Amino acid sequence: MTQKLEMQKISRRELFKLVGAGVLATTGISLLSTDALANTPATDEYIGKISGGNSAKDAKITVELPQIAENGNTVPVKFSIDSPMTEADYVKTVHILADKNPAPLVATYNFSPLAGKAAVSTRMRLARTQNVIVVAEMSDGTVNIAKKEVKVTIGGCGG
Amino acid sequence: MAKAKARVKAPKKVKQGEIFEVKTLIPHKMESGQRKDKKTGEKIPRMIINKFVCTYNGKEVISSSWEGAVSANPYLSFFIKADKSGTLDFTWTDDSGAVVQKSAKLSVS
Repeated sequence: MTQKLEMQKISRRELFKLVGAGVLATTGISLLSTDALANTPATDEYIGKISGGNSAKDAKITVELPQIAENGNTVPVKFSIDSPMTEADYVKTVHILADKNPAPLVATYNFSPLAGKAAVSTRMRLARTQNVIVVAEMSDGTVNIAKKEVKVTIGGCGG
Repeated sequence: MAKAKARVKAPKKVKQGEIFEVKTLIPHKMESGQRKDKKTGEKIPRMIINKFVCTYNGKEVISSSWEGAVSANPYLSFFIKADKSGTLDFTWTDDSGAVVQKSAKLSVS
């Protein structure tokens, strides 16, 4: 009976060891992925140019993207920005950036209050797994930003 | 490009103040300028539609500029708020300067 108990103890200890190793491994992975989430200099420069040095807020934008894109040639992307779209307060310009594409800028959309809703859906090319960034300039000069990662199985920019 | 047949899907009748969706699609290869010719190894020059504009009774609703990362046969959907009956005009322009236009009638009740 005592032997059996000891056996159990050992296995419990080992279990904790395993769990500990697991935790370490996952923190390691998350550290790596935050590193991967950092923007490339070209993208940062572009965002800086848009926002004019003002800090971009992280609000108001909803971006719809697939988690995994099998074909990087056509990745559906959809954004909508929370705004009343009146003459006094509307979304002026929206930029879509793909961080790790050969050229980060994908498209720019200029809205007018006639649109009634600042929302667009389109399809784009992604070279590889990366972040898609949506930057919105409002009519009052503030800038909002949203970021989402897409995993790309086959890149879509040709070789 | 000049022969390209653009498709536009917009409602014919809408109510005043209604925000409706417009879907557009145009056939175009959208050569990104990144691809290389497999035989010669030279880069294939960029040839894309770089500008799209939609106007509602002559007033611009949305204009957009596109880069090489927009997919072939570009699809775009967006929204318009109904005000008065009239026409919606859509214009695509590509790198060679070719223009494709399409218009749709809209009646607002």
